[in-house]
Amino acid sequence: MDQPIVSIENVAKHFGTVKAVDDVTFDIQPNEFFALLGPSGCGKTTLLRMIAGLEVPTGGAIVIDGQDMAATPPNHRPVNMVFQSYAVFPHMTVEENVAYGLKVTGTPRSEIGPRVTDALGMVQLAELAKRNPDQLSGGQRQRVALARALVKRPKVLLLDEPLSALDAKLREQMQLELSHLQQRVGITFIIVTHDQDEALSMADRIAVMNDGRVTQIAAPDTLYENPTTRFVADFIGKVNLLDGRVVGTEGERVAVEADRLGRITVPHEGDASGDVSLVVRPEKITLANTEPDGDVIKSQGKVTDWAYYGDTSHMFVTMDSGLVMSAKVQNTTRETVDNFDVGDTVWLSFSPSDVLLLRE
Amino acid sequence: METWKQSKAVFWTLATPGTLWLAIFFVAPLAIIWGLSFAEKTSIVDTEITGTLSNYIRALGTPVYLKIIWKSIWISALATLMCLIIAFPIAFVVAFAPDKWKPILLMAVILPFWINLLIRTYALISVFRTRGFVNFGLEWLWDGANSILAFIGLGPAVLGAFEPLQMLYNNFAVIAGLVYVYMPFMVLPLYATIERLDKSFLEASLDLGASQARTFWSVVFPLTMPGIVSGIILVFIPCLGSFLTPDLLGGTNATMIGNVIERQFKAANDWPFGAALSFLLMYATFGALALRSLFAGRKSGMEV
Repeated sequence: MDQPIVSIENVAKHFGTVKAVDDVTFDIQPNEFFALLGPSGCGKTTLLRMIAGLEVPTGGAIVIDGQDMAATPPNHRPVNMVFQSYAVFPHMTVEENVAYGLKVTGTPRSEIGPRVTDALGMVQLAELAKRNPDQLSGGQRQRVALARALVKRPKVLLLDEPLSALDAKLREQMQLELSHLQQRVGITFIIVTHDQDEALSMADRIAVMNDGRVTQIAAPDTLYENPTTRFVADFIGKVNLLDGRVVGTEGERVAVEADRLGRITVPHEGDASGDVSLVVRPEKITLANTEPDGDVIKSQGKVTDWAYYGDTSHMFVTMDSGLVMSAKVQNTTRETVDNFDVGDTVWLSFSPSDVLLLRE
Repeated sequence: METWKQSKAVFWTLATPGTLWLAIFFVAPLAIIWGLSFAEKTSIVDTEITGTLSNYIRALGTPVYLKIIWKSIWISALATLMCLIIAFPIAFVVAFAPDKWKPILLMAVILPFWINLLIRTYALISVFRTRGFVNFGLEWLWDGANSILAFIGLGPAVLGAFEPLQMLYNNFAVIAGLVYVYMPFMVLPLYATIERLDKSFLEASLDLGASQARTFWSVVFPLTMPGIVSGIILVFIPCLGSFLTPDLLGGTNATMIGNVIERQFKAANDWPFGAALSFLLMYATFGALALRSLFAGRKSGMEV
């Protein structure tokens, strides 16, 4: 493996008695699109600001491109940041904003012009170069912030909740554009977000943070299908979480007494005993009007609630035991939506291999 | 329901006292003085508004008055500049202080207001005079230095005897006094703009590679310009018209236009000429304000 571009080594940040970041260690590889994901207040922004040098760690070391950054002030670090508020200077034109970072570091005038033009072209703002920021929309202002950071050719680009202020349509478009941009410029992006869709769709790897600690670092699909903790399973996507207790093994499978669902057997690698959590994603659950056959875990219940999302519907099925599970129905035809209604009695089933067993 | 703006009766009930107050105690006296500036003295006690321009001609035609007006302008300008230089760091510290400290620090800035100006000015005299606290302090250091030099064998009086500094009754004293008196008027508007300034602008500037000094000149300074302009106006205009401070601290060596005007109204009993001088000062002030609004109008797009 290459030398990591960013190494976070036992980094901590305490504000008084609050541990905003609590002993975090991980590496980020060159050219990686890396996301820090977590609920608000989990320490992800503090961690990003420490990489930028805007906060001083209480403990640990941040190494960027092989160099310890402890004594390096923010203006000498090979990283640049896109701020959540964009922080586009209101007293400078678009062009002057983008040129600012080059001008203050003494880049020759002959070089500034072409680089600014390049950067503005990259974010499709070439025609707006002479505008003042107050004549720009939120999305355009963000592109200015992006161009202003990229024109510096940083080794790492830091993005602090870059899409949170944009409306849904624009956000989706910017997600794609950011991914393409990252592939084109070939520099490491570290993005902080609380939006799991954003992280899942853009990042190569995601670090899920909670209470100042990193809970799991993995590729998006691993994170979604193989979360290692209840927190990650619950935070990423929608989930049915059941309590259970391992009661034995049956051949390759583990037998679990699941709370209000009864005894089920599921495949599981490694040891399992005592109390466990069972994870079933709603889209892995099938609803049917008749009892399904085959090797499935099934139960009968009543539809008590449903949420319609257009492309999908979420059906909440309550079993006689009182257990509520949600199932995602893909509205593959225009009539699918009429298949189930509140009050219907349905059969709910899922494959044992779609049950993830978490030991905790 | 009608609001107080829509109901005429309520509107006039609320608006009349203030309007009358302004009309009787501000507009009318100002108009009288303006009229007087075109008047002539007919006897020791009587003046008659004749529409003469002789008072203005006398003010503008006599070098000594022009010199004093010019001196008042540069003393006020210097005092304003000093205020700005000293107030900026103060405003910065207060704006960036932890929230629980802010009211205390602001209070410290405003506190001198609670004490009568005359008392504060006399206090300054006791600090600056020949046998004042500054000279006491300097003398103590001087004597200390002398005895140390004597101790290491350089003879008893290498530095010579202490000569107290003359800090009163000169331009220095007036400027120091004006800076001291009007400092809060500079700190408060500066504090207000710095406080409102989005701190991420400063962080963005640092992040883009600018030094702290560069960030100050290229980002903080232009973005706090509205506060700087307000502060300059709030300090410069009262400085220009001040007469107590130059009178007590400057004596006869540092007369400002305010003193001349006061003398015309009192000692010289020449109200028409005093009125003309006052209005010359006001025309200058209006001119400065007009320039300011012109500047503000052009730059209205950059308000943050």
